[in-house]
Amino acid sequence: MTRAGRDDDPDRLYTLTGGRSRPASDEFDLVTLVVTECEPTPGMQSEHAAILRICRTPTAVVELSADLGLPVGITKILLSDLLAAGRITARHPRYAPPRTPGGVRFADPETLEKVLVGLRDL
Amino acid sequence: MDSATSDPPATPERAPLARTTDNGLKIVIVGGFGVGKTTMVQSVSDIRPLNTEETMTLAGRGIDDRSAVPGKTATTVAFDFGRISLDERTVLYLFGAPGQERFWFLWDRLFSGSLGAIVLVDHRRLADSWYAIDRLEHHGTPFIVARNDFGGPPYTRAEVRDALDLDPHVPLVDCDARARESSKGVLIALVEHLQRLATGTAATAPTAPETAT
Repeated sequence: MTRAGRDDDPDRLYTLTGGRSRPASDEFDLVTLVVTECEPTPGMQSEHAAILRICRTPTAVVELSADLGLPVGITKILLSDLLAAGRITARHPRYAPPRTPGGVRFADPETLEKVLVGLRDL
Repeated sequence: MDSATSDPPATPERAPLARTTDNGLKIVIVGGFGVGKTTMVQSVSDIRPLNTEETMTLAGRGIDDRSAVPGKTATTVAFDFGRISLDERTVLYLFGAPGQERFWFLWDRLFSGSLGAIVLVDHRRLADSWYAIDRLEHHGTPFIVARNDFGGPPYTRAEVRDALDLDPHVPLVDCDARARESSKGVLIALVEHLQRLATGTAATAPTAPETAT
């Protein structure tokens, strides 16, 4: 049997998430910004504590994933736990509503203008 | 990825985002191996590009997806990214995404909700971009094409458009992904294209300036 992916250490990932392989919902986007609401406590799982330290300033899910050295999906599971416990808050990306039901979602003109101004000022 | 098994760091070394930042945006840079995606991210990013990975299961995906990676039920894709703080509330993330066919089903989920995409092409290997352009069109994701300057035989813009079978309204710009101003120009060209699409004036795109230098 060929082994799926290039998972170096599946046991560690299994332990981290209690066997879950995917988040309960799509509540976190790659660029959802996570903010710590309380300091780490003694005995807390080390990855949870690391997230709380890193997110003292807003930090995107994908940056956390890179910092923790964990796949995005595993990071989201850890974040779900912290969100459910009220230890973090999440600032979700804002998009314009879909043009057509189920269609592609476009950013609103105000956001695009903001992006353009920001880029020109670089 | 080796870093997947390293210990979590205490705190990252890069500059933090402003505390007021509350809206993350995404732009995806798609292209074949070695075309300069990470170079472009690096030239405009506020931070040294970071790398992470995602594992995707193929359960419940279509036959086409499964045939792309026969015998596997999960696969892992690694990608680079950087960021640009646009103002006190808005941060733009730039993702370098592998454009090869076998990665595309991952792309759909990972980068959904992007403002748009930049297809970075090397004119010596234009065929590497066909699949990415086809998928972007299929999904209705707005994009522009940026030709990274690799020297070599000077194809005209019309020849490149023809080789890529580009719709007339899709902008094609030239760039040097190593140069900050040039990469910035590509991003601006994309956002201007998005504005034209939003206001229904995209048909005017080909008359816009086509260099990003």
